[in-house]
Amino acid sequence: MTTEAPAAPPEKEKAKEEKEESFLGLFLHNLWSANTVTVTILSIFLALVIGAVLIVVSDSAVLSTFSYFTARPSDALTGSWDLISRAYADLFKGAIFDPAAIQALFNGTGDWKTALNPLSETLTYAAPLVFTGLSVALAFRGGLFNIGGQGQAVIGCITAGVAGFAIGLPAGLHLVVALAAGLIGGALWGFLPGLLKARTGAHEVITTIMLNYTATLFLGWLILQNGIRDPERTDAISKTVDSSAILPAMPAPLRVHLGIVLAVIVTAGVAWLINRSSFGFELRAVGVNQNAAKTAGMSVAKTYTMLMVVAGGLAGLGGAVQVLGTADKLTGQVAGNIGFDGLLVALLGRNKPWGTLFAAILYGALRAGGNLMQVDVGISLELVTVLQALIVIFIAAPALVKAIFQLRDARSARLGTSMAKGW
Amino acid sequence: MANDHIDITVEPGEVHALLGENGAGKSTLMNQLYGLLQPDEGEILVDGEAKVFRSPRDAISAGIGMVHQHFMLVPVFTVAENIALGAEETRGGPLGWLDRRRNRRDVLETSKRYGLPVDPDALVENLPVGAQQRVEIVKALTRDVDLLILDEPTAVLTPQETDELLSVMRSLAETGKSIVFITHKLREVKAIADRITVIRRGRTVGTATPDTSEDELAALMVGRDVSLEVTKTPADPGREVLKVSGLVVDDDRGVRVVDGVDLVVRSGEVLGIAGVQGNGQTELVEAIMGLRLARAGKVELEDADLAGRSTKQVLGAGVGYIPEDRSLDGVVKDFTVAENLVLDLYDREPFGSGLKLNLKAIADSAAERVSQFDIRTPSPQSTVGTLSGGNQQKVVVAREMSRPLKLLIASQPTRGVDVGSIEFIHNQIIHERDVGTAVLVVSSELDEVVGLADRIAVMYRGRILATVSPDMPREEIGLLMAGITGDTQEEDSE
Amino acid sequence: MSGVSTATAEDLSEATAPDRFWSRQRRLGAALVIIGLIAAVIFGSLAESATARFTLSEDAEGAALSINGQFGAILFGVIAVAAGGALLAGVAKRWQTLLLCLGIVAFVFSFLCWQVAGKFLPLVDTASGSLELALPLILGALAGVLCERSGVVNVAIEGQFLMGAFGAALVGTLATSVWAGVVSAIVGGVIIASLLAVLAIRFLVDQVVVGIVLNLFALGVTGFLYERLMQPDALKYNSPPRLPEWRIPGLADIPVVGPVLFETNLLVWLALILVVVIHLGLTRTRWGLRTRAVGEHPTAADTVGIRVRGLRYMNVLLGGVVAGAGGAYFTLVSTSAFNKNMTAGAGFIALAALIFGRWTPFGALGAALFFGFAQKLANYLSAVGSPVPNQFLNMLPYIATIVAVAGLVGRVRAPAADGVPYVKS
Repeated sequence: MTTEAPAAPPEKEKAKEEKEESFLGLFLHNLWSANTVTVTILSIFLALVIGAVLIVVSDSAVLSTFSYFTARPSDALTGSWDLISRAYADLFKGAIFDPAAIQALFNGTGDWKTALNPLSETLTYAAPLVFTGLSVALAFRGGLFNIGGQGQAVIGCITAGVAGFAIGLPAGLHLVVALAAGLIGGALWGFLPGLLKARTGAHEVITTIMLNYTATLFLGWLILQNGIRDPERTDAISKTVDSSAILPAMPAPLRVHLGIVLAVIVTAGVAWLINRSSFGFELRAVGVNQNAAKTAGMSVAKTYTMLMVVAGGLAGLGGAVQVLGTADKLTGQVAGNIGFDGLLVALLGRNKPWGTLFAAILYGALRAGGNLMQVDVGISLELVTVLQALIVIFIAAPALVKAIFQLRDARSARLGTSMAKGW
Repeated sequence: MANDHIDITVEPGEVHALLGENGAGKSTLMNQLYGLLQPDEGEILVDGEAKVFRSPRDAISAGIGMVHQHFMLVPVFTVAENIALGAEETRGGPLGWLDRRRNRRDVLETSKRYGLPVDPDALVENLPVGAQQRVEIVKALTRDVDLLILDEPTAVLTPQETDELLSVMRSLAETGKSIVFITHKLREVKAIADRITVIRRGRTVGTATPDTSEDELAALMVGRDVSLEVTKTPADPGREVLKVSGLVVDDDRGVRVVDGVDLVVRSGEVLGIAGVQGNGQTELVEAIMGLRLARAGKVELEDADLAGRSTKQVLGAGVGYIPEDRSLDGVVKDFTVAENLVLDLYDREPFGSGLKLNLKAIADSAAERVSQFDIRTPSPQSTVGTLSGGNQQKVVVAREMSRPLKLLIASQPTRGVDVGSIEFIHNQIIHERDVGTAVLVVSSELDEVVGLADRIAVMYRGRILATVSPDMPREEIGLLMAGITGDTQEEDSE
Repeated sequence: MSGVSTATAEDLSEATAPDRFWSRQRRLGAALVIIGLIAAVIFGSLAESATARFTLSEDAEGAALSINGQFGAILFGVIAVAAGGALLAGVAKRWQTLLLCLGIVAFVFSFLCWQVAGKFLPLVDTASGSLELALPLILGALAGVLCERSGVVNVAIEGQFLMGAFGAALVGTLATSVWAGVVSAIVGGVIIASLLAVLAIRFLVDQVVVGIVLNLFALGVTGFLYERLMQPDALKYNSPPRLPEWRIPGLADIPVVGPVLFETNLLVWLALILVVVIHLGLTRTRWGLRTRAVGEHPTAADTVGIRVRGLRYMNVLLGGVVAGAGGAYFTLVSTSAFNKNMTAGAGFIALAALIFGRWTPFGALGAALFFGFAQKLANYLSAVGSPVPNQFLNMLPYIATIVAVAGLVGRVRAPAADGVPYVKS
């Protein structure tokens, strides 16, 4: 396939850069070593290249131009190039800003809301992912693999949503109570695998996978029950959350809401918890060497349990933000894929709180841009799923990226792949 | 670099001892010879022919067998399955239909021919270590080896089992097989070896014959004339600090490994526990530390009952603990030196209050400890994993001895530690004794116990057989370690 | 919080040896007594006192086993209590499994008597439906057995199913051949398996991470191509032929068993034969011995000259073949078109079956059949308008697995080196 037109130039440039020992040369030398930033950027790049291939092979119009490729290659190349560049331009316009809208704003014909809408969409999609990503990242640091973010978020959706429409409270307080309900719901759903791990050694990967599906089935049952189900609707959908429990948002049509602010605050809190608190000290010690932690008098069982409670709470809060910020009703798919996406976000953010925040925003951007791409060029939103998965595959296998681009060994950056352990 | 231009030649029919300190590079060398690791330089000649071993498969086909320090046996397999693995007798078929009867017969034949009794149908995980070692040797012998490498084979054996192993080695050598015997124990080398190569820091530092004196061998091994003696004044024992009575402990499999232990440690004295590894010492210490639940008995620290207390409470009651496996239990390698120095103090003033850590206090204290305990590290913020074994152990020692203690428990305090650090750590332990702390030292190195202890309790099969003075002749202590009590010479029934 | 902590019960539980009195057998017995009591009292009191008919045909007609629903619910509940009581009292070891099975079966019967009272349950339809629903679970779990016994965790079964289902639909339609469909299902499974193998074995990526990400990758790729190709032109790309049902004359005439086992499609036979083949292969052959060694103690295997990584590659790819064939079920047997995310978690139920079946082929078969039965029963109950929500029956596989790994009914133990990449030191 010859669709990688934009891929070639960077590699050639890099080859030349070895000759000089100038400051710039040194900078570029380090740039082209396998450090975290370079690997991350190249991973995204590789994913986009593979995505481009997928776009072309699935487009019958462009594909037909390849049948006479040897006769007239320009048709195939320009056709492919047009399609890819439009798709990826939409990805950018839908996620960050549309130059046309900005220009319109300066001309006075546009409206600031239209100009800000792409960013608003990005942050709207990112907000719940920050919480579920932090949930996974925190658990990872304590040596636990919380695949249960999905289930915890679903339960968080349920408890926050039910608290949002079933009890009447003054505005403000109602929101706090609903958020707290989501937090507690998720924490309880995290407590179970944590306790089982601590008491019986049951592997959290297995128990949390199973609890994900259990939570989803429970949600499916719950929204059909009287008192929960919207009596005026025939389909499986719940009542609407009271306006007093809705997260305050920017004026319509902008959807971005207080959730993203909350996400930043919680990120700072998690960063403090990991690096500056005694609980963080315990969980990091247990995470890398539980024998030494035990010998030093820490309770591994208690740390695991607490860790899963906190991680579950974070994911539950993510579910609450989803319901109270974006969805405002419970449906079977209210939590979407935020739990599993959180897993990818945490891996992309290398299990560091701020890294997770930025990774979540990147994923939100891909999602927001993907929407425009689907509407504008008719390229399925599923492409975004593929891109997200590919990015993480490359991030998780830095040796692969290193081999593809012939990167040098980084001096300090450790490319250690994440902890690998059995059931 | 682990090894730097080592030359070694092994003749047919000889027992060649490879002598060196822990970490001298003996095992690395032999793993290269066995194809597990690839040398950067140099070559291997077998019967005068250069060979390249890319994997153990190549080494096996060249007639080399190895008994590893950590046994290479699949615990859930039977003895016959373990021995057959990799060289299975099959009746053909695409997947290789196993011929179990022939596999079993081969095992019994080899076992009989060399006088190494093994039960082909027993599960390996249920066998004692001595029997597992026999399985390993039979496994190598069924592959018709010409050269058998034994890596620290006596570390887990009683003196009696060691003697048996030595005689097996001798009879194997008489049948024309060459044997490389890796060890750091001088006495065994002198008892069995035809030739000795001494390795230090990855280099061959000399060859010797069994006639060489132990002092000379020790000097070659450690590089300078060292006295393994610890200089100390006579002890001045005071009140009873630790009192253990009737302690019974089971191991993870539910096997009783501590069976009614009584002992007392007084302030200002060092009680040494001698014994071959695996006689319940580990579990005894873990039970005292609250890391393992005792089935029966009492542990008292100055009249306070420690039974049922958590490790945190035991540490908090004034007990310092140097665990036997440093890298597993002693330090968190990914943590910094500073963090490791507060691993069990992080939640106490001044290092932490409530949920908050006081990073400044932690850093200040670390800087002080690093200079006081001579920890060679680029900075207190370096990760412990980058330090040498001796310096890692100093981190543990510094952490445990930098607070007022009533009792110090040191398990294998100098295992895998360089000679310079050994001296330092020994002196620190004696210093702790001299300020009035009760000290319990557990070591499988008899030399270390004799050097440090004021009284020696010999542990065998979960019991304290006798408490003796360090002046007692070594041979008699050795007999006790083998379960033979002094007065009656009556052997403990098998 | 844990800043200044004191000892808790948990601290000590880490160090506690298992309690002598509450042995596994006694715990099982107590659990059986409790569920037996629930069955006898609750099911019995709720059950209608009407005849419950279990017909031997596929509908209400013909010979049937009949019992009064209320009486049956109580009777079978009491049997479960009795089995539990026997376990509690302590019986010889060889009777334990039998009593346990008896107790569970009695509980299920008690439940059925309650639900079927006044109605009928066609046994043949239930059995063949259970087997059909279990089919992908059996194949998926067998794929897991192949991977995990050699030490590679496979949570990508879902992705292998999806790729297999997609490949079968696409190629089956284009080639208008069901066999081409089956082959490309296998190819689809192998594609995901080879990614899993390379990333896990060569690049040492955490195997659970790889599995989860590959599931998403498969979901994205198949979903994307479905929307781009299949949705606009379903006739051209998405109308594969069905796998034919074959009938073995003679054997198919045996009542109940005949129509279930001998009048069915090739995939069912393949799955059942594979269970036996993989079982014998693992326990009786050189390949099996080496596979198990590599999964339990790879260093030991290496020291006797076994190529650890090579064997792992081979087994993961073989797993891909089996799981891919399982994927064919979705588009060539159960429906005749691909749909986005059509496997809907079946791969994870297969994973559950693998674990619940203790990483053995026959265990996996049993667990898969049990889960298939639960699903079939859920469908039946929602069809007859039972008050028991089908969501709760569908939770059964997941909850059963949690109970199993938590050791509440005896410990399940994964191969020791499962998920640990092999790196020479």
